[in-house]
Amino acid sequence: MTVETEGGFRVTGNGCERGVQYARDEITNPTRIITSTVRVSDARLRRCPVKLSAPIPKGKIFEAMGTLDEVVLNLPIRAGQVAVSNVCGTGVDFITTAEMHISG
Amino acid sequence: MGERYDLVVIGGGPAGLAAAYAAWEHGVKSILIVERDREPGGILNQCIHNGFGLHYFKAELTGPEYAARFVALVKGTGIEFSPDPMVLELTPGREVHISNKTEGYRVIRAGAVILAMGCRERTRGAIAIPGDRPAGIFTAGTAQRYVNMEGYMVGKRVLILGSGDIGLIMARRMTLEGAKVLACVELMPYSGGLTRNIVQCLQDYGIPLYLSHTVVDIQGKSRLEKVIAARVDENLKPVAGTEISFECDTLLLSVGLIPENELTRKAGVTIDRRTGGAVVYENMETSVPGIFACGNVVHVHDLVDFVTEESIRAGKAAARYLTGGDKGDNEAIEIETGAGVSYTVPQKVRPGNVSGGTDVFFRVNQVFAKSVIAVISDGETVARFKRERLAPGEMERIKIPAKVLAQAGRSVTLGVQ
Repeated sequence: MTVETEGGFRVTGNGCERGVQYARDEITNPTRIITSTVRVSDARLRRCPVKLSAPIPKGKIFEAMGTLDEVVLNLPIRAGQVAVSNVCGTGVDFITTAEMHISG
Repeated sequence: MGERYDLVVIGGGPAGLAAAYAAWEHGVKSILIVERDREPGGILNQCIHNGFGLHYFKAELTGPEYAARFVALVKGTGIEFSPDPMVLELTPGREVHISNKTEGYRVIRAGAVILAMGCRERTRGAIAIPGDRPAGIFTAGTAQRYVNMEGYMVGKRVLILGSGDIGLIMARRMTLEGAKVLACVELMPYSGGLTRNIVQCLQDYGIPLYLSHTVVDIQGKSRLEKVIAARVDENLKPVAGTEISFECDTLLLSVGLIPENELTRKAGVTIDRRTGGAVVYENMETSVPGIFACGNVVHVHDLVDFVTEESIRAGKAAARYLTGGDKGDNEAIEIETGAGVSYTVPQKVRPGNVSGGTDVFFRVNQVFAKSVIAVISDGETVARFKRERLAPGEMERIKIPAKVLAQAGRSVTLGVQ
């Protein structure tokens, strides 16, 4: 994939339609969806996976990670539950990506 | 003794779940999935990063979310799920020998079997790295399970050997969790992983990638203390005087995946040395009638979406087999690997079984700039596919048109021009 920025914005060689927007974002305002885990109390597996509900600017990644340190979830957990809301004032939440049952 | 299912699926990861569900949807109503972990989902459960499902679901999902979609589909059926056991043996006559803690030893007769056991990682032993044997050396996937599921941080200063996708993903993961990832060291002159992972896992975090380098010494008494890397020449031999010393407590290995085929071999299924998996026909049937295979047990995939697609094909074919079957071996066309191609899946195609042509997955054995993939029959190019770039780390696919197959002799050759 090639991007030309001189005299406008031209993307070539993209494999699919999403490529154009992706290339533009990568150059003007690169963003990422961060995934991680949070603690779960009294479970066989001690971590529950989470993800950001939408991308945030790359510069905020480590600040966002810091908000997960103190989070502890209790069973049962359903997928899509908010673990941290409005991460670093971005309006984006960390949400769980797996369900975990009491027996599990 | 005496238990019988129309279909037994060995493995409850993405391949097994999709295959079982497809078979159910195509009329097979007596299905058992045998999974050795407690939960279905396989490797997806520890792949908490996103990027799964872009092709199949047209959505960007994490591993657990992708698995959950198929678990939900399977739960809505009468497919039985047997967690926790080990399959000890599969016979050519499709008897599945199983043992687990609660029910002991069982022999299950199966009308058809789908092999979906996935793959496992190459270890330090497999690549024979010299040096001490301290703690702190993990395969990347083992570290991934510790960090993402069991909640153990495996180290603070990390070096990664191999640029396979799991190693790249773990470089980012360890960095996000506060470790310092010093570098990723790759033997070959190109990366073994997807480009998007090089960008988003290494470049985003300023982690250097040393191509044409390898680990030549490991030092440490009880815990890893130092790893020495060196540049390699064109014969992949370390060059004296190029050593780089990394002080680290952890070495993660991402040096290749091996399809897990002990059961397959014992069942008398023909194995392809190039893939490390079974030789399969266009419908994912192996050399033993009624035994099918799909997913990473056949060949290692980059994307789960393609595992799903392949497994659905296997599930449908098993359903057809149970109600009469596809045509036999006598008219199979062999797909041979030509210049630049390291393997193909399927390896054999029965034109009578395909109407709209057949998809062929393959990998190239080096990086190619703009090039053409050619299908050659009797010395003549009968189909051409243009590509901007080809790399061993990115699995390729083409569709061989039905009319090409109809006119082909006993074999066609796939090559890069």
